[in-house]
Order: sequence, then structure tokens, then C-alpha cells
Amino acid sequence: MTNKEKVSAAEVVKRARSDNKTDSRVMIKQLLTDFREFHGDRNSADDPAIIGGIGRLLDRSVTLISTQKGHDVENRLATHFGSPEPWGYRKAIRLMKQAELFCRPVVTLINTPGAFPGMDAEKAGQGEAIASCIATMMNLKVPVISLIFGEGGSGGALALASSDRVWMTEHSEYAVLSPEGFASILWKDAKRSSEAAEVMGLTPAALLDAGVVEQILPEPLDLVGLRQQLFSAFNELFALTPDALVEQRYQRFRKF
Amino acid sequence: MTWFNRLKDYSKQQTDKLLNRYLTQIPSGIWRECPRCHSRFYYRRFGNFDVCPECGYGFRLTARKRLRMLTKDAVEWDADLVTKDPLSFPGYSEKLQRAQKITKLNESVWTGLALLDKRSVALGIMDPYFIMGSLGMITGEKLARLFERATLHELPVILFTASGGARMQEGIHSLMQMSKVTAAVNRHRQAGLLYIVVLTDPTTGGVTASFAMEADITIAEPKALIGFAGRRVIEQTVKQKLPADFQSAEQLQKNGFVDEIVPREHLTEELKLLLDMNQSNAWRANHDK
Repeated sequence: MTNKEKVSAAEVVKRARSDNKTDSRVMIKQLLTDFREFHGDRNSADDPAIIGGIGRLLDRSVTLISTQKGHDVENRLATHFGSPEPWGYRKAIRLMKQAELFCRPVVTLINTPGAFPGMDAEKAGQGEAIASCIATMMNLKVPVISLIFGEGGSGGALALASSDRVWMTEHSEYAVLSPEGFASILWKDAKRSSEAAEVMGLTPAALLDAGVVEQILPEPLDLVGLRQQLFSAFNELFALTPDALVEQRYQRFRKF
Repeated sequence: MTWFNRLKDYSKQQTDKLLNRYLTQIPSGIWRECPRCHSRFYYRRFGNFDVCPECGYGFRLTARKRLRMLTKDAVEWDADLVTKDPLSFPGYSEKLQRAQKITKLNESVWTGLALLDKRSVALGIMDPYFIMGSLGMITGEKLARLFERATLHELPVILFTASGGARMQEGIHSLMQMSKVTAAVNRHRQAGLLYIVVLTDPTTGGVTASFAMEADITIAEPKALIGFAGRRVIEQTVKQKLPADFQSAEQLQKNGFVDEIVPREHLTEELKLLLDMNQSNAWRANHDK
């Protein structure tokens, strides 16, 4: 884990953003069997930056929601390099409510620079979409576990990470803003991003200390092991009554 | 016009058979034409599922034919309900009788209990050959009862929609079916039960504006026409020509209304898989929560 080799925060950011990160589709395929992707927010559009659907984790069905950066140029442009649009979050909300109705736990996989800052996105209520995604997750009566496996960019990531457990991979980051944005706002100089990264405490180790995440998974990811870990964690969480589960999640975020 | 006389004579003997053929527009002979891509092909290439070999469009099916494609184990419900003629609309009862003869149904939907390899489901199949699958009072009644029975016996519902919309000949009584069926769908959902809809060609008007868009999982057949207002009405209103793929299943998916587009030959397997994922692979039964 990160303790073994001391890497700078800027290096962590670099690795989190690496193009060599596993593609979400490949991860889903290895994690779940019979994954069926469900499309659309039932309102205006279908966002390719958010993949959602149901599949089998070992022998039980789960709902999975993941951000997607895409692996080729065309895909990356279509997903804005993994930045979801409001209708992506609305699709996520729809699928989470469906999961609740049918007593399925939810897994979210996160690797996004943040929600997409675009004109159409603003017009469609990007803020509102993220807000109701968070609100839906905080009230969800089924277990939710999130895995940040690359960038965890601000509200765009939090919208899918208001969960019972948040796990991170060794080379990932989770922050209020990109180090570049942080430096440019506070010091009016985006070039001081490495310095900003150090200050922000966005590394997995720092976040584990702060209690923002529960676990750091070594990379390359052992997906067979992850499958087993998710399965036992869901079993543990299902032992709680739905009300106790929501209360526990409330307290998890109340402490900050 | 000798052919016409011959036709007349022949029809006297076999009225039903001929009417059936004529009204359902099943092309005779060995060449078929796809209404979507207009390619013509030898009938044997049609396969067992009545799908265009060129573009994958699924031809319209009678409810009974679709039922045969899905399963052999099925019990029909409410076959004894009789459609009334609330407006005493001229020619309506004759039209009904003709439709009943063609489709062998009492109304534009077949409902019943079906087994998909031991999985019990409440199944509904709308018939586009029954006055364009329009939503009459008894159609609504059969559908409402389908959902009510499913709620009572804790069964999932699978519904195939195909409809031109409300039944004009029944006026406002037809419109009321939209709210009636929707209310039954709501209760089914509140009981934590699964509702899968399969939108087939064509699903339009009042059916789209109610139970076709209320399912937990929405599947569509490739190239199916799905929309609310008809193409002609829209074109006349906005004075613009609409693109060819307007209101297609594929377009609808882009606009966020369809979960999956599944070709007819994979449909049965897909439905079984979705049923399993919601039932036998569940963490705990829905009603225990």
C-alpha cells in the first residue's frame, strides 16, 4: 500500500489520472456476471458518461452505477472524459430507486474529473441533479458501497459516493476540486498545482486518516477478491434493518 | 374484372379465411417486403420470428402468435368479458366482430397466467390486428385485472404493448382506461413487484401516455415505432418534415426512455434472465423489507 513507497501528492494525482486505468466496462464485466445495461433518465436523454444496470455479484443481483471515461477518442469526447451530465445523474437516481424497490444493494464505481461544466448541463440543472442524487443516496433503504478507482472530482464524484462504505484504490484521489483549480482560486496561479495537491490532502492515505474512506485497495485491482469483499460487506449491511442502515449512513456523514 | 368476380365467389365460400388474410395484410406469395427498409426478400428468410433479414425490424404479430413464440404453458384470463358499445357508434359492433374473428380474442389484449420455464408471470399481449390494438373499455378492464391479480398473487407482470391509442368509437370511456390501468400499475409497484414492458411496433397515443411508460424495466423491439402524437399530426402542426427515424425505438433510447433494445429472437431468454435477477437472485424477498 501507499505506506511502502512514499509518493508525492502530485504523483498520486498523476497516477489517478493515468490513461492506463482499467476501463469501467472491463471492470464491470469482470466483477459481475450477466450485466445488463439500462439506459436513459426517462426525461430527456441518455448519458454515456454514466453506465447503469443490474448484474449478478456471485449469485446475488446488484445494481451497478459507474462513471465512464471511454477508451478511444470518440468515446472520450462523448463522455467529456468521464464528466457526467445532469441526465446521467438522473439515470443514476432512477436506477437507485429501482434498486431500493427490489431490495438490491448498489455498487458505484467512480473515476471522474467532475460533473460536466457545460451550457446545456447548467440549463438542465446540473446542481439540482447532483443534489437530488445525494439526497436519494442518503435516504436509500438498501446498502450502497462506492469505489473510487481514479479521479474523485468534487460534487460530481460525491453525487455517487454518499454511501455506507467508500473504498479507494491505491492510485486514486478524492478532493473538493482539481489541484489546478484549487491553486488558481487561492493563489491565482494554476501552475502551483503540485503544491496545492500536497496541501489538499487528497491522497488515499490522508483520506483514510480523515475517515472519509474506509479502505484502500492495492493496484492492480484484484477483482475476484473485490467481488468477495463486496459480497461479505453487503451481507453485513443487510443484517441491519433498513432504518438502522439509513441512520448509520446519516451518522457517517454527520461526523464531519 | 373477372378476377373480382372470382374473388367474390371464392369469398362466399371462405369468407373468414380471406378476410383474415386481407385485413391482416399478411402478404401472400413467396416475396415479402419490409415496411421499414423496403427491402424485398424470399419468405423463407423470414425465419421463425417474422423479422426482416435486412434491417431487423420485427413484423407485427397477432397476440396468439406472439404467445406461441414465448411459451406453450399459458392460461387465458377474462376471455368472457364482452365489449359494450357505449356511444352506440354506427358500424362499431360489426367492426368488433370482424376483429374478434381475425384475432380470436374478445378484445385487443390477451391476458393470462404464463409459465416461462417454471417462472410464473402475469402476461399481457396487445394485438395490433384488433382495431389497431386500440384501448377500449374491456382492454382497460382486462389490463387492470391483470395487474390486480398479479398484485394479489405476488406475480411479476410482463406486458407487450402494441396500440394506435385510444378507441375512438368509445370516446371518453376509452380515455378513462389510462387512469384506471395506471392506478393498478401503481398498486402493483407499491407491493414491490416487477413490471417489465416490451414496446412493440406500434406503441402510440394513450397507451404510450400511460402504462407503456410506467414499467420498472422498459424493453423495445428494434425499429419499432413508439410515440405519442402521430407523425402526420405533428407535421401539420409544426409545418416541418420529420426525420425518418423520428419516434423509432433507437431514437427513443437516445432520448432516455428505453432501457434495452432486444431483437425478437433473444427476447424470451432476456425476459427469463431479468425475472431471475429480480427474484431467485434477490438478497431477500421484497415483501420482507
